[in-house]
Amino acid sequence: MEYVIEMLNIRKEFGNFVANDDITLQLEKGEIHALLGENGAGKSTLMNVLFGLYQPEGGEIRVRGKATAITDPNVANGLGIGMVHQHFMLVENLTVTENIILGNEPKKMGMINVKDAAKKVAEISHLYGLDVDPYAKIEDISVGMQQRVEILKTLYRGAEILIFDEPTASLTPQEITELISIMKKLISEGKSIIIITHKLQEIMDVSDRVTIIRKGKGIGTVITSETNPEELATLMVGRQVTFKTEKGPSYPAEEVLRVENLVVEDYRGIQKVKGLNLSVRRGEIVGIAGIDGNGQSELIEAIAGLRKVKSGKIFIDSKDVTGKKPREITESGLGHIPQDRHKHGLVLDFSVGYNVALQTYYKEPLSKKGIMNYKHVSKKAKEIIEMFDVRTQGEHELARSLSGGNQQKLIIGREVDRNPELLIAALPTRGLDVGAIEFIHKRLIEQRDNGKAVLLISFELDEVMNVSDRIAVIYDGVIVDTVIPTETTEQQLGLLMAGQSRDKATVTLKEGDDNHVE
Amino acid sequence: MSNRFVNILVPIISIILGLLVGAAVMWFSGYNPVMGYIALWNGIFGDMYSIGETIRQISPYILAGLAVAFAFRSGLFNIGVEGQLIVGWFAAAYVGMAFELPKFIHLPLALIAAALAGALWGLIPGILKATLHVHEVIVTIMMNYIALHTVNALIKAVSEGGYKTERIHPTASLRSDFLSNLTDFSTLHYGIFVALAMVAVMWFILEKTKTGFELKSVGFNDHASQYAGMNVKKNIILSMVVSGAFAGLGGAMEALGTFGNMVTRGGFTGIGFDGIAVALLGANTPLGVIFGASLFGSLKYGAGNMPNEAGVPVEIVSIVIALIIFFVASGYIIRVLLSKMKKKKEAK
Repeated sequence: MEYVIEMLNIRKEFGNFVANDDITLQLEKGEIHALLGENGAGKSTLMNVLFGLYQPEGGEIRVRGKATAITDPNVANGLGIGMVHQHFMLVENLTVTENIILGNEPKKMGMINVKDAAKKVAEISHLYGLDVDPYAKIEDISVGMQQRVEILKTLYRGAEILIFDEPTASLTPQEITELISIMKKLISEGKSIIIITHKLQEIMDVSDRVTIIRKGKGIGTVITSETNPEELATLMVGRQVTFKTEKGPSYPAEEVLRVENLVVEDYRGIQKVKGLNLSVRRGEIVGIAGIDGNGQSELIEAIAGLRKVKSGKIFIDSKDVTGKKPREITESGLGHIPQDRHKHGLVLDFSVGYNVALQTYYKEPLSKKGIMNYKHVSKKAKEIIEMFDVRTQGEHELARSLSGGNQQKLIIGREVDRNPELLIAALPTRGLDVGAIEFIHKRLIEQRDNGKAVLLISFELDEVMNVSDRIAVIYDGVIVDTVIPTETTEQQLGLLMAGQSRDKATVTLKEGDDNHVE
Repeated sequence: MSNRFVNILVPIISIILGLLVGAAVMWFSGYNPVMGYIALWNGIFGDMYSIGETIRQISPYILAGLAVAFAFRSGLFNIGVEGQLIVGWFAAAYVGMAFELPKFIHLPLALIAAALAGALWGLIPGILKATLHVHEVIVTIMMNYIALHTVNALIKAVSEGGYKTERIHPTASLRSDFLSNLTDFSTLHYGIFVALAMVAVMWFILEKTKTGFELKSVGFNDHASQYAGMNVKKNIILSMVVSGAFAGLGGAMEALGTFGNMVTRGGFTGIGFDGIAVALLGANTPLGVIFGASLFGSLKYGAGNMPNEAGVPVEIVSIVIALIIFFVASGYIIRVLLSKMKKKKEAK
């Protein structure tokens, strides 16, 4: 078998910490090779070694059979290795072509020759079916399109081996399907691909082989067609993982959240929520399905009192909380797991303990007559660390040094511990691995079973389908339809999210029956 | 090497490096660095009188440093400590001279007046920042000029066209015969205790109170603080007010302790600006500020002896002092060097 890249027994240390311990990954020419592992397992470290950002302490890298030292990213580029980063490295107010040639501008009599470059970009774009306008400005194109620009960038520089770092993290379901077909096109043209991910379904859909690493150690390589998601999950986590979220039937009782004709503007004064109605009852999880930017953020912020309500009413437990201050709404029974955990959920430079106190510090026993009782803060923190399995060195560790999954567990612990009547969970599992996702879903369902109301906002269709008891589809600032997960398909949901009515969605699906997978 | 050891080693190496480079500067300028440093040492610790004067010099630096550090901890850069100190100085001097009251009322009243004046000077940029998002750096810098010239005008007004205020009544004075006698008749006054008390106050607010928790939270992440239901605007304003009060008390040190009056000024005192460096040297912690202020105060006062005793001109002295502080502030560089040396050793 011909290998284009061989990473043999790679070892990488940071001080006393071994990030990669004896990991072997062999990439065949023309294959899509998945690199699977939990958050913090060492996937990115391994790829950064391949891309020349880190130097390994042990092991050997062979490129096309020849032992090679990749001392920096320029060497990697020269060897035809290109990386499509998870967080795009694009200049927002430059065009596609300008971004692609950035740092390596073709000159014509001392002037940058954008025209020829754009022509070449268009050619490559056409060859791989990328469909990118070379003259479009980055800020005007969608996230999926921006990712294609990143792919184009590596191809333009002659990449033969493409590394995709968590490429589907910010894509919509439709965009993911398109990306998969682009990847298949790339290998049919003789490229080889490594995809870093912890999403099992994607691996099953797209890859030929999978290399699994766990806690920095190489577990092995398996052929995708000979395995299944359950086996992969077990290999990755090191124990059995349940997938289909276990949950009993819901017994919805009285209404906790009621939103009436809500209108909210974003910071530019553009209406984002346009007369929205919503109701969430005790003992049910309502999932809001929708493509990013259809008013979800504004809706949550309005409910939490963080954004002005233009018109309409919001009730929590029949109490009108429209236009009230965040703290008053919190006291009325709202728990909130914010969309952006670093910006809104945590004070990263505070300790774990301080973060636990963030919502309740002003109440006894955490403080009394204006004086903090840090002994109680520590005690509370220890309880939450224990109950929510937050992996940390202790309550004095900075929240910043926790992994994403543990940061999220910390937030969920803090919010659930207050026992709120309504829990809003916005993208609660974004960027987390299956173990952490399983844990968080269990907690949400637990809240429901304890007779609380849960409002889940997610861009992941399978999450909405799995966890919710009812799904409210949001499109262009209104709830366009409400469906029951067991009575609908992902395809139908996808079309509703794209703004089609339910009748039309059903018809469209019937017409294109080959799209119908289930 | 343990972390603790590194933490002690870094400032020591920094100071030594600063002294060495300072020595080179003196050497190249044709002065004897050994003589120069002996003069500096004598200027700081040479006799009881010098020690007294050095401590007296440290007091306003502590308060200016606290002012900067306190604002910094809640995410604000208060460049206006200078102006807040100047208005505090005037307020204390005026109250000290204009009223006749028993000491146990007069002195606290004068101190409170200084703190309030500084607080008011901090309140304005605080409000502008909180409500209109005007950057506090711009406003506080401008407030410094307003303070300087307004106070000059006020001095003229209260002295009927003169250039200095009348001396304060002894009932408002921080002067202490006891401390003065102890230090061979230096001008050392009770101000150092006021400054140290404020160090304790800042530590208490930040580490013990609910307000301190909020201030720090807002300082690190105002978004998350808002999500947690804190009133971010209130905290910004409060932070500037407390910061200004510390600075105002720094002015009271000069009015009620060192000088006993206020003279119209052609330019800034510099104490407020040095307060920025003091706070940063002390990593914006209350105890760190004592260290930073001690370094600044000692060098500033002790340097005055270098021209007299070693004949090093004032300009060279300023450069040498600046170099020492520069190296202490660049502790990071030394940290990096130490860790590199450590790695090499391990490699062998």
